[in-house]
Amino acid sequence: MKKQRLFELDEAMGFVILAAVIFLLFPAILDDFRLNLFGKYLTYAFVAVGLVLCWGAGGILSLGQGVFFGLGGYCMAMFLKLEASTPENTAIQSTPGIPDFMDWNQLTELPIWWQPFHSLAFTLAAIIVVPVAFSYIIGLAMFRRRVGGVYFAIITQAIAAIATILVIGQQGYTGGVNGITDLRTLLGWDIRPDDAKVTLYFVNGALLFVCLFVAQVIRKSKLGRILIAMREKEDRVRFSGYDVASFKIFVFCVGAAFASIGGAMFTLQVGFMSPTLVGIVPSIEMVIFCAVGGRMSILGAVYGALLVNWAKTTFSESFPELWLLGLGGLFIAVVMAFPNGLAGIFDDYIKPRLAFLKRNRTAADPAAQHSPAE
Amino acid sequence: MSEDKKVPAHPQMTGPSRRAILAGGAALAASLFTPKFLRAEDFPTSAINTTGLAVTDDTVTIGILHSITGTMAISETGSVQAEKLAIEQINAQGGILGRKIEYIQEDGASDWPTFAEKARKLLVNDKVASVMGCWTSASRKAVLPVFEQNNGFLYYPTFYEGLEESPNVIYTGQEATQQIIAGLDWVNKTKGAKTFYLLGSDYIWPRTSNKIARKHIENFMEGCQVVGEEYYPLGHTQFNSVINKIRLKKPDVIYAIVVGGSNVAFYKQLKAAGIDMTKEKPLLLTISVTEDEIRGIGGENIEGAYACMKYFQSLDNENNKEFVAAFKEMWGDDMVIGDVTQAAYLGPWLWKAAVEKAGSFDVDKVREASPGIEFTKAPEGYVRIHENHHLWSKTRVGLAQADGQYKVVFETEDLVEPDPFPEGYQ
Repeated sequence: MKKQRLFELDEAMGFVILAAVIFLLFPAILDDFRLNLFGKYLTYAFVAVGLVLCWGAGGILSLGQGVFFGLGGYCMAMFLKLEASTPENTAIQSTPGIPDFMDWNQLTELPIWWQPFHSLAFTLAAIIVVPVAFSYIIGLAMFRRRVGGVYFAIITQAIAAIATILVIGQQGYTGGVNGITDLRTLLGWDIRPDDAKVTLYFVNGALLFVCLFVAQVIRKSKLGRILIAMREKEDRVRFSGYDVASFKIFVFCVGAAFASIGGAMFTLQVGFMSPTLVGIVPSIEMVIFCAVGGRMSILGAVYGALLVNWAKTTFSESFPELWLLGLGGLFIAVVMAFPNGLAGIFDDYIKPRLAFLKRNRTAADPAAQHSPAE
Repeated sequence: MSEDKKVPAHPQMTGPSRRAILAGGAALAASLFTPKFLRAEDFPTSAINTTGLAVTDDTVTIGILHSITGTMAISETGSVQAEKLAIEQINAQGGILGRKIEYIQEDGASDWPTFAEKARKLLVNDKVASVMGCWTSASRKAVLPVFEQNNGFLYYPTFYEGLEESPNVIYTGQEATQQIIAGLDWVNKTKGAKTFYLLGSDYIWPRTSNKIARKHIENFMEGCQVVGEEYYPLGHTQFNSVINKIRLKKPDVIYAIVVGGSNVAFYKQLKAAGIDMTKEKPLLLTISVTEDEIRGIGGENIEGAYACMKYFQSLDNENNKEFVAAFKEMWGDDMVIGDVTQAAYLGPWLWKAAVEKAGSFDVDKVREASPGIEFTKAPEGYVRIHENHHLWSKTRVGLAQADGQYKVVFETEDLVEPDPFPEGYQ
């Protein structure tokens, strides 16, 4: 079989254009405040890219990605909170040196499982390892028993609900409804001023491209084609001798890791983490970002997350009383008219017009003829 | 009262009279009474606004930041309405330092990250001179770093758990001790209550409030004890097990801090279980049910319960009569006004007084001027800002009536000092 190239020309162009938009266009046209907002939107793009792999490619619809987003976000928030809770900063508490919400909940010492989060290295490792381990367990329990489709979606949704209840209920350890707030510095570097937010924006963008690259590698590998085969006809893949569950678990873990990185970056850029980002509603919203962008396209997912969140902000600023209706209308319109989302619009309407640009090349390279969006 | 009563900053401040707005002539008369130093031309913008806030020669822009969509909308709408009423009344009197107040309203959408985002937008992009906003503790905690970092100024209306004293916030609601201690003492003295069953929704405010209540009952009330303490998740609707426990333990007082939609289930189930609150055996004392919540619960389901607040719509004084009339005229006759709505109404007025005392819109100067600011036309009677940015105000106990209103049965003689970090209650 002919080896597939990692990037077709138009895909490479797509990456370059997105890079130009994120690294050049936005910083050039947006002020620091808006840039920080777009940085926040881009943290959701991590989740959406993960969903493209799980849902678009693998056919695994997870309605619980907020859990993984939250795991990453909380790991980062725990580290930052411990750094902010120096005995000097918390001198007014009954027990100085522990996070403020623990003091309010009558805890008198730091719980053991908070202790390792004094270390940044441990925290960074936990941001990847914890959600991967958790998703591995879920995947093992579900996919080995051949639970899939709607059942899997419902179970992940239940997990999201459980996670929220757990976080809210254990407020002495998690900050409860308020979440973990008032985060200040990362290894002494103040994350609150505007210039720090700009730096974080670029770090965030770079990490997003790392994830996009990984996603691209997976899609173009043999593994990626097996995923698509599984989505279309799982039994045939199984009968061909593939261990279907392992592939599903793998891609689900990758999606969880992406979401978790997004969550950690969210905490850094927004300055707090709360259970409102863990539950069912945000998890479904993340699926919507992916659907609006186009669930087959990793780049589309990024644009989807940007568009929906930008619309949310803009509508709510202009029409504080009516914005939800406008946003609902946008979803309905996109899903009714363009089932493949923004990427579908691009493929159907814009790309044919661009075709003449590379007709000569296409003739010479038959591989470029098949659509990159499957 | 340890603090000396300060001379009112502006004794000539005319009252928030709705009638003045209606009668043009009256409005003109009001402006004639406006002291000379409040005319805009006497206050060049460059002098009263040195930090680049949204102040022009004839307007000043502030922010209103509440949830008008999502689960909190039902609670926060009253606050928005009260703030808009206050702004309109201030403008009818000539505004602040001769400048009309304009507002930019943002929707926090019952979502804490959105609150933080919108707060940043108001402060960084719109450069608002102050913000009236937030309701839940969670939303306040989310915006607090934003206000402190950008040196904004927030007027926060809700009664809350205390344990906070930000230089960038004026807390116009009660902190926990103001709402709790007087009520417990009252129920002990006048009703002879000795045993208490504490219950609440499971988050920071009910937990902290019950912690203070327990300390007070055990350490400061002779012969009294807590016989039970339980928490339920927000939105919980099955209270039968706790109601059974209550019947078993037979406490003198059920001390309930259930919030939001759970209230409806809780009071209906109490009634269905045969606990008739009008018999006061046990007596029910709550700090979380205002007139707004009774609308959802139904007056007949909560009749006979006592609530400890600083304001009830039925308060019998001139300020309140004017306020209730103006509020209903602006927003409709079927409106009810709860404790927080009244506290939200205080925000713009306290800010106005502080700005005029400071002679500047600069946040640092307004902050410096704030302690000691008083508002004599407050619907609750009279309030004054303490050094710790909370309000001196009275505590009152109301008895719930079948028509959804409270009858005031007790009020503290003096203003109660706010104490966000109460010694002996930690």
